[in-house]
Amino acid sequence: MTSSSQTSTQPVLTLEHIAVHFGGLVAISDLNFVVHEGEVVSLIGPNGAGKTTAFNVVTGFMRPTKGEVRYKGTLLNNLKPHQVAELGLVRTFQRTSVFQNVSVFDNVMIGLHRRGRSHLWDTLLALPRERQSERELRDKAREILGTVGIERRANELAGALPYGDQRLLGVAMALAAEPSMLLLDEPVSGMNPTETMRFMELLTRVRSLGVTILLVEHDMPMVMGVSDRIVVLNYGRIIAEGPPAAIQGNPEVIKAYLGQGAKRRAGH
Amino acid sequence: MKRLFPWAVLLVFASVPLWLNDPYLLNAFITTGVFIVAAMSLNLLLGYTGQLSLGHVAFFGIGAYTSALVSLGFDVELLFGIRVVHEPWPVWSGFIIGTLVAGLFGYLVGKLSFRVRDAYFVIVSISFAEVTRLVALNWVELTQGPLALTSIPPLTLGLPGIGYFDFYSKQSNYYLVLGVLVISYVIISRLVKSRIGRAMVALKENESLAVSVGIDVTRYLVLAAVISAGMAGAAGSLYAHYLKIIDPDVFLFLYTITMVIMVVTGGKGTLAGPIVGGLIFGFIPVIARSFAAPEVQWILYGAFMILILFVLPQGIVPAIEKWFGVSNEADEARQNTPSSAKTQDAS
Repeated sequence: MTSSSQTSTQPVLTLEHIAVHFGGLVAISDLNFVVHEGEVVSLIGPNGAGKTTAFNVVTGFMRPTKGEVRYKGTLLNNLKPHQVAELGLVRTFQRTSVFQNVSVFDNVMIGLHRRGRSHLWDTLLALPRERQSERELRDKAREILGTVGIERRANELAGALPYGDQRLLGVAMALAAEPSMLLLDEPVSGMNPTETMRFMELLTRVRSLGVTILLVEHDMPMVMGVSDRIVVLNYGRIIAEGPPAAIQGNPEVIKAYLGQGAKRRAGH
Repeated sequence: MKRLFPWAVLLVFASVPLWLNDPYLLNAFITTGVFIVAAMSLNLLLGYTGQLSLGHVAFFGIGAYTSALVSLGFDVELLFGIRVVHEPWPVWSGFIIGTLVAGLFGYLVGKLSFRVRDAYFVIVSISFAEVTRLVALNWVELTQGPLALTSIPPLTLGLPGIGYFDFYSKQSNYYLVLGVLVISYVIISRLVKSRIGRAMVALKENESLAVSVGIDVTRYLVLAAVISAGMAGAAGSLYAHYLKIIDPDVFLFLYTITMVIMVVTGGKGTLAGPIVGGLIFGFIPVIARSFAAPEVQWILYGAFMILILFVLPQGIVPAIEKWFGVSNEADEARQNTPSSAKTQDAS
């Protein structure tokens, strides 16, 4: 893990000529972009622009119709979601982000699955390796809950947590899976301003661990605040790309997205 | 206290043959015990991975027939005049082979049907059980069809230097079943409390989320199917060597339903659930028989089941845990977080 928060030039995730068609509907027409190691990149755009589809393609939940996705040189096109996670590319979901009927602590323990070292025989025969592995996982789970700041709720059922905490738990689980790159799908939607602030602090902390972040988000102040670079999608293609300041001033972006948002916000 | 409870229960059940001399009741205990093992194996699939196998009796029957045939020997002619002759093997090897063969079929069914999930899996499992029943019924040369396999020898255990023991009496069979039950319980309890069990629960709760943290769905579902089927096969083998006669009726859909009822009323996804449910529904017919006509017995059986599920939809064990406020998970999580609780107090 590198601790540099500066953008290095090493591209880790590359999408080349990605197209996704659902029958006759074109969700993504021709998507090209790269994410560099240690970078925070946001993918924004109006609803239906293809952001979540792009996420699903990268994480193996959907196959692209055309094009190539690579992570650190490995072609992801034909991998299953759990294989993509094995590579260190871990995502969170928009809504269903936690195991509702499982305790907060066990949610993180499930997230730690990839780090467990015990095998079937260790488990069945209760060999020392099993106990040691479980002990390590429990320590790690406590540590992660501490990082995210919900250790006080460890024994509660995840479904009983307030919405903001559920989102934090979702990130805790993703972190538990030892990501080198984290993909967050609208993590702060539905959060109140205080919760959003807490979440932004968490992102800074995650980033300082050397984790690359790709973010899909509608909350503009947050996107502008945390991103190194922003990619703007509309109707399945990129209409602008650059640092936050450049995006805020880009007339096409304002027309497609920010303008409407600004008007709506002014109307309230 | 809570740790001692399972041992206390085990002690009580271990003492049963010492004071119970009624062979009829002891017989009820043994067959109930066999079905509890089968129900526990079903619970691993239904309660922990969330997949309903309505053909579970197939594995039970395969275990029973395989074990019986290995110990009886057979002589069958396959296609193109290939003749397979099997001399009788020691009975304990029948038990092991029966368990393994059932596990193998669990693997095949798991591989085939976990590509299709939920309702499709239910249908595949029912069809599989029906096919095995028809094979047992019609492959007369091997299984003697409706005439049944008879004179199946009792399970024997030969220890070099110590001697030879066969499980012929009801008492010895009782302890044999109790032993297998305890081993099955330990296997399931170790599994579900481990990383493997957490992966299974994760798949049941939210599959997309589970795979997103790197859990391989197929692998854990197939693993659950193999262990579950093997365990059901072991129960079937015990059944065959205890009854000493086995016919195609062991594959009846009714037995699958009995297992499902035991699991669901006791509480699916709990370790004690199938035991509690199994004892209740294993003994209702026994108790009802003493005062009710056969039709009334079944009505009582059904009424009792509806009553339990109406009052306690989650099953008996979860309701008791809730009542006493001792959820297993919360209890373990409390053990898991003493250090963080302390640091909070200090700060």
